[in-house]
Amino acid sequence: MLSAPHLNYALLAPILIILGAALLGVLVEAFISKALRSRLQIGISLIAVIAAFIQLIRVRNLTSTSAAVGSVAIDGAGIYIQLIILALAFVGLLYIADTDNFTAQASAIPGSTEEASSIAAGSQQTEVFPLTLFAIAGMMLFPIATDLITLFVALEVLSLPLYLMSGLSRRRRLLSQEAALKYFLLGAFSSAFFLFGAAFLYGYSGSLSLNGIADGVHSSGANSVFLLIGIIFLSVGLLFKVGAVPFHSWTPDVYQGAPTPITGFMAACTKAAAFGAMLRIFYVGFNDVQWDWKPIISAIAVITMVFGAIAAIVQRDVKRTLAFSSITHAGFILIAVVALSKNGLAAALFYFISYGFATLGAFGIVTLVRDSSGEITDLNRWSGLGKRSPLVASAFSLFMLSFGGIPLTAGFIGKFSVFTASYESGNINLVVFGVLTSAVALFFYLKIVLMIFFGESRSDTLTVVIPSILTRVAISICVIVTILLGVYPSLIFNSLQTFATFLH
Amino acid sequence: MDIANYLYLSAALFTIGAVGVIVRRNAIVVFMCVELMLNAANLAFVTFSRLNGNLDGQVASFFTMVVAACEVVVGLAIIVTIFRSRRSASVDDASLLKR
Repeated sequence: MLSAPHLNYALLAPILIILGAALLGVLVEAFISKALRSRLQIGISLIAVIAAFIQLIRVRNLTSTSAAVGSVAIDGAGIYIQLIILALAFVGLLYIADTDNFTAQASAIPGSTEEASSIAAGSQQTEVFPLTLFAIAGMMLFPIATDLITLFVALEVLSLPLYLMSGLSRRRRLLSQEAALKYFLLGAFSSAFFLFGAAFLYGYSGSLSLNGIADGVHSSGANSVFLLIGIIFLSVGLLFKVGAVPFHSWTPDVYQGAPTPITGFMAACTKAAAFGAMLRIFYVGFNDVQWDWKPIISAIAVITMVFGAIAAIVQRDVKRTLAFSSITHAGFILIAVVALSKNGLAAALFYFISYGFATLGAFGIVTLVRDSSGEITDLNRWSGLGKRSPLVASAFSLFMLSFGGIPLTAGFIGKFSVFTASYESGNINLVVFGVLTSAVALFFYLKIVLMIFFGESRSDTLTVVIPSILTRVAISICVIVTILLGVYPSLIFNSLQTFATFLH
Repeated sequence: MDIANYLYLSAALFTIGAVGVIVRRNAIVVFMCVELMLNAANLAFVTFSRLNGNLDGQVASFFTMVVAACEVVVGLAIIVTIFRSRRSASVDDASLLKR
């Protein structure tokens, strides 16, 4: 007699709420009149994210259990990563709510009369909200998945909507479509690597679950070539998603081409989700073969940090600069992965928060600086922004300083805790490289700050648009979090260190 | 027949796909090569399922097929949009972002 599997719906509810709201959003697209659609979609999305957040907080004490027949682990670290993703996604949604950034009709050829008439008719591509919700659901599932099938499905659920959303920019549409093509082809390429790695890990251990793979390592006798092929290919897929060198080539192009609100959302949330999954896979699945993968991942961390910092110096485009800066930060988080300790895990989670909010804030500011043809992304034209609009320039500088790791910003605490955890684990070389790279990176962050405040104003057409109320709220949240966690890191850090653990 | 041969075939298919993604110009062909890689992984899953004597790998291959179908939907939508605005599906023409 077959019995129905016990799914534990209360623990899965946060993800189910988001997925349900996404499906509701699809129905809204089909049945509600154009005039109401946009506001309704914003409402549904924001309420769903808040509801999921509340449900997560309600179940936080039921942790260290598994749900959905062991496919999903609900543990301290998993709950925290999901909370972080939801908080970041909430801010991201506030930007996305400014539908002025998205194309009126994605299917119209750029420059055609069809496009002009859809703009004149005031059409909006409000499908972006359900797509965002689907992506959020994938991001929430990815770091808590404990078997290879769930991991792969979650990876695709988070990626596929992002491919589409990067192609929806209202201005510079050819660039945006090109970004979508590049992101899609390279993303699909890397997920094929992920899957091939998964197949070999299954071949090695005879089990699809991370615990099964860890057990397989203990019982020697299995073919360890399979294990090595599996680890390498799976890592390629993950490192691609987090944008680590040498798998970073999509990052600057996609960040530049995608609509800026989407870039902010993707930069903050995807990184948290992909690193969350990576931490779980390496901490739970590959813990006992650490001597096989640690040297490789350490080398990649160093290359990623150094390359990102150096390449960012020569960039002329704000969005590309932020892209290379995000590559550098991926390197810093990789240091925390290699630390392979409880403190390393807590440091990585804190880094998601500090990096995520600073990134969202910085991209939010980019949406505000415009001329008649849209956003100004040429850094030289930002020169002298501080005189024109001190408030916006100060906020942008704050995010730059947080990226650079100046004390009293959240970025400093993030970097400090990562380096401390790495030092405690004995990876002193990595700490040295990390500190040196921080200095190089700080140079170009400070260069931008100096140029904004003390540079000659060169562009007369530059205007700083008055942000909508939602964008204002979003940027304010980012500013507050960046300062608050810089001054009182213990607000979150202590509980991270206590509760952030993986279920084995 | 030796079961290892299936793994060699799977590795060969995966390599052909990976090389194809790197050297081919047409976005559709690149995408087909990605699909070939996914199917190579499927073959590996099914082979290992036989080798390990459980059905997990066969179930995994079903999931892969469904995901691959979703990928086709999204991928073709993006490629067709690009083709309509440029009259070309060559990945070399899409180079506005490289400056």
